[in-house]
Amino acid sequence: MAETFLDIRNLTVEYQTDEAIVHALTNVNLTVQRGETLGIVGETGAGKTTIAKSIMRILPQPQGKIVSGEIYFNGENLLALSEKEMQKVRGNKIAMIFQDPMTALNPIETVGYQIAEVIRRHNKISQAEADRRACDMLEMVGIPMERFSEYPHQFSGGMKQRVVIAMALACNPELLLADEPTTALDVTIQAQVLDMMRSLKEKLETSVILITHDLGVVAEFCDSVAVAYAGEIVERGTVEHIFDNPQHPYTLGLFGSLPRLDSKERRLKPIKGMMPDPTNLPSGCRFYDRCPHAAKECAEASPPMVEIEPGHTVKCCRLKGGAAQ
Amino acid sequence: MTPLLEVRDLKKYFKSRYGTLHAVDGVSFTLDAGKTLGVVGESGCGKTTLGRTVLHLIEPTDGQIFFEGKDITRPKKKELRRLREQMQIIFQDPYSSLDPRMTVAELIMEPLVLKGGMPKADMLAETRRLMDTVGLAARFENAYPHELDGGRRQRIGIARALALKPKFIVCDEPVSALDVSIQAQIINLMLDLQEERGLAYMFVTHDLSVVKYISDDIMVMYLGQVVEKAPADELFENTLHPYSKALLSAIPIPDIHHKKKRILLKGEISSPINPKPGCRFMSRCQYAQEQCSQPQKLVEDTPGHFVACCRYKEIKEKEEVKQA
Repeated sequence: MAETFLDIRNLTVEYQTDEAIVHALTNVNLTVQRGETLGIVGETGAGKTTIAKSIMRILPQPQGKIVSGEIYFNGENLLALSEKEMQKVRGNKIAMIFQDPMTALNPIETVGYQIAEVIRRHNKISQAEADRRACDMLEMVGIPMERFSEYPHQFSGGMKQRVVIAMALACNPELLLADEPTTALDVTIQAQVLDMMRSLKEKLETSVILITHDLGVVAEFCDSVAVAYAGEIVERGTVEHIFDNPQHPYTLGLFGSLPRLDSKERRLKPIKGMMPDPTNLPSGCRFYDRCPHAAKECAEASPPMVEIEPGHTVKCCRLKGGAAQ
Repeated sequence: MTPLLEVRDLKKYFKSRYGTLHAVDGVSFTLDAGKTLGVVGESGCGKTTLGRTVLHLIEPTDGQIFFEGKDITRPKKKELRRLREQMQIIFQDPYSSLDPRMTVAELIMEPLVLKGGMPKADMLAETRRLMDTVGLAARFENAYPHELDGGRRQRIGIARALALKPKFIVCDEPVSALDVSIQAQIINLMLDLQEERGLAYMFVTHDLSVVKYISDDIMVMYLGQVVEKAPADELFENTLHPYSKALLSAIPIPDIHHKKKRILLKGEISSPINPKPGCRFMSRCQYAQEQCSQPQKLVEDTPGHFVACCRYKEIKEKEEVKQA
């Protein structure tokens, strides 16, 4: 069997604060194949961004700490690399798009310079050559290259996000981590940016991890989905598995909470209560107090990840031995 | 029957260094008691300014506002104070709209204190009732906003808006900063309150799925003007304006079997400073023609369904031919 492109094994991450330890991720296992687009969905504080930052090894220091686990990228454990070796991977083989295009760019450098800087950092080429490639990147994301020498404040939000995407793709990365890339944008601009990302992804054969809270974006953009809740992956499968046959009570709750354009229902079905405090997590199932199906056994131990059909796994002990509801 | 609120040809211009910014430019609508008017549009379309101008948080440049049949366009100071009891607002950001140095009880009691004339004990009892109404547990009475999550903070915002028993509330993106599961809790709360108290809402948002869900009528705005207005279901089933069509087609639907044609708009919203007299969507519209550079009027297509596009009939006919 060919080695997995990205293989995250038993990743546990903590943030240490003065008062307490925040358990950001607990035993996360996740694989991504070459060319796959994985959507990670979940609410604020579920640990989505922490997964991406762990892969990039840019957790905030000194609070962020990878307690255990391995992240294999093309068979190589990223967590075992020296910082110097990691710098060659970051921005080159793995690139990240941050949520807020307004703050991700340097306000006192031209956008062209900023893109060329990334290219120069990872390739031994002249400034002129880097500038030329930066121009190509701008054109590729739909910005006329005449705007090479303009500053970020001269661009609108959608244009800035295009620049950020151009920077991320400048070195033709094998893996792109996109953290809520369109959340700060208006819907019509979001549609433009997603459309552009989709065609670039196909052209460059990049694998993508898309982090979002918007299930609509996942349905349109992703091949597979991982649902994160309170620092754990609670359900994982293809988009067909998750959208046609969601099994974890939390996933079901997420769908029930969405106002749908195509439904006539007069009341939403929210999930009661709130996510548990990450400094004080329950020992059993973390969804226990919000779950409509909770039973005694759920509070006792953390449920195992069960495969209910090939490629579709669910972390819920009430599903053991088939899809019991 | 007189509508609860009637707005006629409301305008709000801002002077800027580069010219006059037409934030709200000739908006008219009526709203009945107990109903919800959704106002949608993208950043910079003037939806927030519209809400604030109606409430006199910003003074209108031109136009008229009637509340319960009475002209309130230029209220006197005293009158405005009384008016504010009737018309309230819930702000978008529950993180910055609450005074961090006041406790939950103090925050909710503040409107009652400002109104005056109520003994302290009654105010406290009323505060507790309000907390109960919006689903805030009594144990949070002495908590400060920073100790609470976004959903609970927004409940404080709602309790404050309800404190003086208003008839009309402007809800300015009240759930946009919240996670979906919490968003659903707040939307249900707002619907329940509307039913119990006969509140009228003007619900300003960029989230079209939320607006369809909560509204009776929806108004689509583009660069300070209303381009289309219709009952909620009608707007989604029989969209007429090219901008509304593009906007609706851009919403990602959480259903993998939903295949639809997406209309990708070229370019971005143009500047609201010194706009040309014609259709403001013209530069991005695939149907734009000579006649579009003339000022557009809102015309009624079917009862209650208004559209501001001189070519909408032609476009509709063409599409029907295409489909047949």
